[in-house]
Amino acid sequence: MSDETPLLDELEKGPWPSYVTQIKRAAKKKKAAKDLLGIQELSYKDRITHWKHGGIVGVTGYGSGVIGRYCDQPEKFPDAAQFHTMRINHPAGWFYNTKSLREICDTWEQYGSGLTNFHGSTGDIILLGTTTDNLQPCFDALTEKGFDLGGSGSALRTISGCVGQARCEWANFDTLNLVYDLTMEFQDEIHRPRWPYKFKIKASGCPNDCVAAIARADFTIIGTWRDSLRIDQAAIRNYVDNGFEIKTLIVDKCPSGALEWDDKSKELKLNAEDCVRCMHCINKMPKAIRPGVDTGATILVGGKAPIIKGAYLSWVLVPFIKVEPPYEEIKGLLRKIWDFWDENGRTRERLAELIERVGLKNFLKEIGVPPMPQMVYKPRANPYVYF
Amino acid sequence: MGRTDIGPPDYKDMLPPVIKKNYGKWKFHETIRPGVLRHVSESGDELYTVRAGSPRLLSIDFVRDICDVADKYCDGYLRFTSRYNIEFMTDKKANVDALIEELKRLGLPVGGTGNAISNIVHTQGWIHCHSAATDASGLVKAIMDELYDYFTSMKLPAYVRIAVACCINMCGAVHCSDLAIVGVHRKPPKVDHEKVLAQCEIPTIIQSCPTGAIRRHPDPNVKSVVVREDLCMYCANCFTVCPAMPLADPEGDGVAIYAGGKVSNARKPPMFSRMVVPYLPNNPPRWPEVVDIIKKIVEVYASNAKKYERMGEWIERIGWEKFFKLTGIPFTEQHIDDFTHAVETYRTTTQFKW
Repeated sequence: MSDETPLLDELEKGPWPSYVTQIKRAAKKKKAAKDLLGIQELSYKDRITHWKHGGIVGVTGYGSGVIGRYCDQPEKFPDAAQFHTMRINHPAGWFYNTKSLREICDTWEQYGSGLTNFHGSTGDIILLGTTTDNLQPCFDALTEKGFDLGGSGSALRTISGCVGQARCEWANFDTLNLVYDLTMEFQDEIHRPRWPYKFKIKASGCPNDCVAAIARADFTIIGTWRDSLRIDQAAIRNYVDNGFEIKTLIVDKCPSGALEWDDKSKELKLNAEDCVRCMHCINKMPKAIRPGVDTGATILVGGKAPIIKGAYLSWVLVPFIKVEPPYEEIKGLLRKIWDFWDENGRTRERLAELIERVGLKNFLKEIGVPPMPQMVYKPRANPYVYF
Repeated sequence: MGRTDIGPPDYKDMLPPVIKKNYGKWKFHETIRPGVLRHVSESGDELYTVRAGSPRLLSIDFVRDICDVADKYCDGYLRFTSRYNIEFMTDKKANVDALIEELKRLGLPVGGTGNAISNIVHTQGWIHCHSAATDASGLVKAIMDELYDYFTSMKLPAYVRIAVACCINMCGAVHCSDLAIVGVHRKPPKVDHEKVLAQCEIPTIIQSCPTGAIRRHPDPNVKSVVVREDLCMYCANCFTVCPAMPLADPEGDGVAIYAGGKVSNARKPPMFSRMVVPYLPNNPPRWPEVVDIIKKIVEVYASNAKKYERMGEWIERIGWEKFFKLTGIPFTEQHIDDFTHAVETYRTTTQFKW
């Protein structure tokens, strides 16, 4: 195989940092990375993937966390013929001390291609490319350093959440603690796939939803509050005095018309009952407006990407819940949902597709949640009702 | 054998001292310049965050480089965002300029805050995926090179979230992005009958098809399936359950572009991205057709949307008919939905624009 990669070299030009440069850097030390470069160049030439379908590999006692991957040109690229991925469960919030990061690097230098993703879509650290023989020793070395595998296949996927109270004044509950607690509680569900399909849990501390929970998590936890926004009128006046157009940029954009600007008294007035807690005014005037103090979360279910029956945004299941350790209510709800889905779900049927098939009404009955108007935009328009 | 089910490390061991001290006590924050945040605590403590873009696919030596930076300026701590940016945090304001210099030396752009285009969330593509209909990393690199100034500045009406999925399985939430680029197939699976017999379960393949396009082979002696090609919309769900049904094809594959999605609840509720371009060819290494259209949409949005209006909010206000007119993108029969929730998109009013 020639060393030349004229197509990929084009992607080393331009100002954005290049992934090709990263592969080349790893290729100086690792033959697997060098062969990956060759495979990628060939894909660019052929305009098609050169990876074969799956393959069951893993570590002892686990059914998930490793994605088997084989190249379709093993004779040409023997050092990347087996190029399995290990998903490593990240610390909540993606915070690291450099000692831990260096330990991951050292382990991956010993057992893998030297290439990583920080991070994969689900949130894991992705260790990209190793052989079947190296999986177990690599895993053993990683657990020595305090790291474990994440989820894959028809299992609970690695749980992730936003930065939360570690560095955000808008977090209505402790996302990092909840993510860590649920992750530790459900290790078996993460590591041993046994469900109809994947199940995702994501937690965002406020309705800005920085981890896109509502779009992709079967179980979506989004922070909110029950009382009133906190408004610091002196700080509001400070914004206005500095030329901030509060009428057009805040009041007129409030989706429920809950705000009013009194130009005489220079006060921002809130009708708290009308506020739908969208975050817009808080986002734009962070020094003057804050969420309330009676905080918790809304739980929504069913978010997913299109495959198979179309994409769904999560639906409101519990309009408000307090989110405090030991999180027994949330854990109980999860177990009820899993039991129902496990019992009734078809192969590769995500929760939303099951709920659509059996009806939200029946789902609520099965898991013991009473119906509330907050669950729907509007009631049904047809007269075809089961009593 | 090592230990099992130990879970990830405790996040508390990963937090810098200033964050540990002020956990849950942050009062407000501001963006003091593109890529630099200042958080202020009830205690009066300050935290400066410098955010840098990364290519996501990182060599371990590069990870060691950023560890060196964090050791030098950030007490040995750093974090990553959900969009693969690297965040360097320090309680010393004096460190900010030095950090930015250091990141420049490593070739990393500082930005991705406020009304910017942050890093592109993406999947593996030809780097590592068997079902990829396009590459992801290369598309991202080509697009971010072109949109670089939008990463390092905050001049847009609102932030624009871009995502790339290399097939319609869409690992990650690309279907609710301001701009989503999705790898698509356009040719039905080529059934390898011998391989079906050896590797697949026929009832599972038949059940996997959302349009009922897959049937048992009419010849009872052939233990395989046939595909009614007129019913296939190339979702590749059959390929996921059976390796003997590949759809990838250099001429058939390419990308589609979707626009106007969001996940935040700010102002309007979350929305799905909608199709704006049904197909563009795979043209590696730099996908010029895709880059041109993405840039065009961003520019039309930037010059037409009102302040704080996300792309989807802008399009909803002006109407999709107007969006196609302003961008000059042709509206085709592929834009009209005929899948599961199609009728919700058909217009039921006499109100529209020309």
